[in-house]
Amino acid sequence: MSDIMLLAVFPYLAVMTALGVGIYRYLNDRFSYSSLSSQFLEARALFWGSVSWHYAILLILSAHILALLFPSKWAALVGEPVRRYVLEISGLGLAIVAVGALIILIARRLTNRRVFMLTSKMDWLLLLVLLLQVLLGFYLALVYRWGSVWYLHTAVPWIASLFWLKPQIEFVSHLPLLVKLHFAGAFLLVFLFPFSRLVHFVTVPLGYLWRPYQLVIWNRHPLNRKEMLR
Amino acid sequence: MDIRAQISMVFHLDKCIGCHTCSVACKNIWTDRKGMEYAWWNNVETKPGTGYPTLWEDQEKYHGGWKKSNGRLQLRSAGRAGTLGNLFFNPYLPTIDDYYEPWTYQYGELFNAPLGADQPTARPISLLTGESIDIKAGPNWDDDLGGSSIYAKNDPNLEQLSDTERAALNQLERLVFFYLPRICNHCLNPACAAACPAGAIYKRGEDGIVLLSQEKCRAWRMCISGCPYKKTYYNWGTGKSEKCILCFPRLESGQAPACFHACVGRIRYLGVLLYDAAGIDRVARASTEELVAAQRDLIKDPGDPKVQALARSNGISDQMLEAARNSPVYKFVKRWQIALPLHPEFRTLPMLFYVPPLLPVLAGINKEGNYEVAGTADGNPWPQLAALEQARVPLRYLASLFTAGNESAVQEVYRRLIAVRLAMRARNVKDVPANVLKQLLTQSGITPEEAAAISRLTATPTFEERFVIPPLAREQAIASWEDTFQHKQEAGFGFRQMPVRRF
Ligand code: SF4
Ligand code: SF4
Repeated sequence: MSDIMLLAVFPYLAVMTALGVGIYRYLNDRFSYSSLSSQFLEARALFWGSVSWHYAILLILSAHILALLFPSKWAALVGEPVRRYVLEISGLGLAIVAVGALIILIARRLTNRRVFMLTSKMDWLLLLVLLLQVLLGFYLALVYRWGSVWYLHTAVPWIASLFWLKPQIEFVSHLPLLVKLHFAGAFLLVFLFPFSRLVHFVTVPLGYLWRPYQLVIWNRHPLNRKEMLR
Repeated sequence: MDIRAQISMVFHLDKCIGCHTCSVACKNIWTDRKGMEYAWWNNVETKPGTGYPTLWEDQEKYHGGWKKSNGRLQLRSAGRAGTLGNLFFNPYLPTIDDYYEPWTYQYGELFNAPLGADQPTARPISLLTGESIDIKAGPNWDDDLGGSSIYAKNDPNLEQLSDTERAALNQLERLVFFYLPRICNHCLNPACAAACPAGAIYKRGEDGIVLLSQEKCRAWRMCISGCPYKKTYYNWGTGKSEKCILCFPRLESGQAPACFHACVGRIRYLGVLLYDAAGIDRVARASTEELVAAQRDLIKDPGDPKVQALARSNGISDQMLEAARNSPVYKFVKRWQIALPLHPEFRTLPMLFYVPPLLPVLAGINKEGNYEVAGTADGNPWPQLAALEQARVPLRYLASLFTAGNESAVQEVYRRLIAVRLAMRARNVKDVPANVLKQLLTQSGITPEEAAAISRLTATPTFEERFVIPPLAREQAIASWEDTFQHKQEAGFGFRQMPVRRF
């Protein structure tokens, strides 16, 4: 029963909240739709924490997502022992970097008075959940070897079944509790996404790569409005 | 040619008395809020000095503005992909300590302190942490050369001078400074806008005011380092950058911006310039020596019928054209050519121009123990003629500020300014020999009538002559493309949200 709650009901709840509240917030409170950068108040510790955190977690996350999207290609990739070793070891290394970075970021917010004053309850909650989730992932990778392989026939079909609205928790319900907690943690982060600074994840300004440098906005010329200068 | 209108400005530095009224007027209206206490959209700094934020001119430190590489214009900070790579941490962002830690005083203590032997005191407390602080810097810490041996000596513009020249600046008899009031330059090629990955900064087509959309800003903070003048500010409370809006709500109702209106020295002029937008890219890539002349060349004569026709075809109204013809800025910048842009080498094409301050003539005690003005010893009664070479501030310093190091361009401006003074003296005191005056006027290329006009607009202009504000007709403009009928009985003045983060 608790498995159903954790692995079938909660994921839907989380995704629906993320979409519903996320869109509502975008439409009604676009002003706050970003992270609240504190680099202006403290830069040194942030450099070590923020840069390493973002690169490490983005790489780890993309491994999780790529395996989910292209399971057969991923299976071919990790089928070869050397590649599997390299992948798992770099994963462990990145996890260590991510944990270290989070600890720096948390310590920074605790010790620097300026940043401390600016940290909301949601920021603390988010940092805590992220830390637990990354620590848990690191522990699982150590204790239950070859996650890059067993992930493919447990979590991947389970999430696919969720996606196709035919939840089949039997793919994962036999797994140890800690593994299930790691799964639920992922959806907890999805749940927290629209309420926290995590929203900055979807505002990455990729359009900058091709938009003209200068924006000129006209009020007149309703029909042939020239928006761009160059 | 693509003729556009720009509301531009001239600050006449000879008239600035360094009273900071402008800064306070602006602060009271726009930035007296949490997160912006430290920010002064208008600030006045003492030169030589390091300014606010400290060393803002040093682009080795902040990587602001543009640079030319292989004939192409590039942001000094990073390319497009590089900027995205810097999202997690902007390596060139100043921190609040480069400005100052804002504070207030515990005034309540003055009333609530228990009865005691000592006077109650109001201690300073930080507005960031609420804890009591030891004030180490302020928005004008080196005002009037205060602590110049620590601050002014680091002025990046002094790098152009030789060691002896620099040492000479420190001698008591030679001490000299002037004030440099600064607001956003509302540039034609703004680096702040180009650096913003979210595209939150834009130039208004009709009047050229550069604005930063609070709804689109996503706290990537690239504009802060990107603006070489450090005129966008990060609001640490809301996570939004903010900048000078040239008081557009005041302009739209026909009033001068608050800092202009409040200016005690009446140093500020505001008016319309017509320019050729098609030439922006070319001018921004001009060679360093030609930058000032090229930018001047971009500004077109509002009296020229051809320019007027092109302007009309671009939708510029007749009232705007009339304002352009009466623009005091046009006169200073283009007709008389005595106003210069600040640091044109940043290549943002700033549209705020400065009339440089007349340099104090060097004077001292001579061998006989008499007070002597330099250049008068050999019987020359007109030390102003020699003043340029004998001035206390080397011309190279001013060239570094206003002409990207081009000394002859500053010299030309000074020749004209000196000619105006002597022409007026000749008229009022009548003791300038005709041949001296004639030589001066031909050298500097101005007529006696022009000299009189410059003197008039400099010394005794009326309010209406200083600020020629065209009707911006914003309401009509909006009504013309938004059907007001559609919104009938809807929201009145529209919805308004407080700029606070609710999440
Ligand atoms: S002065 Fe700075 S903020 Fe103002 S328009 Fe120019 S680049 Fe942008
Ligand atoms: S109010 Fe005018 S005179 Fe006073 S400091 Fe500002 S610019 Fe200078």
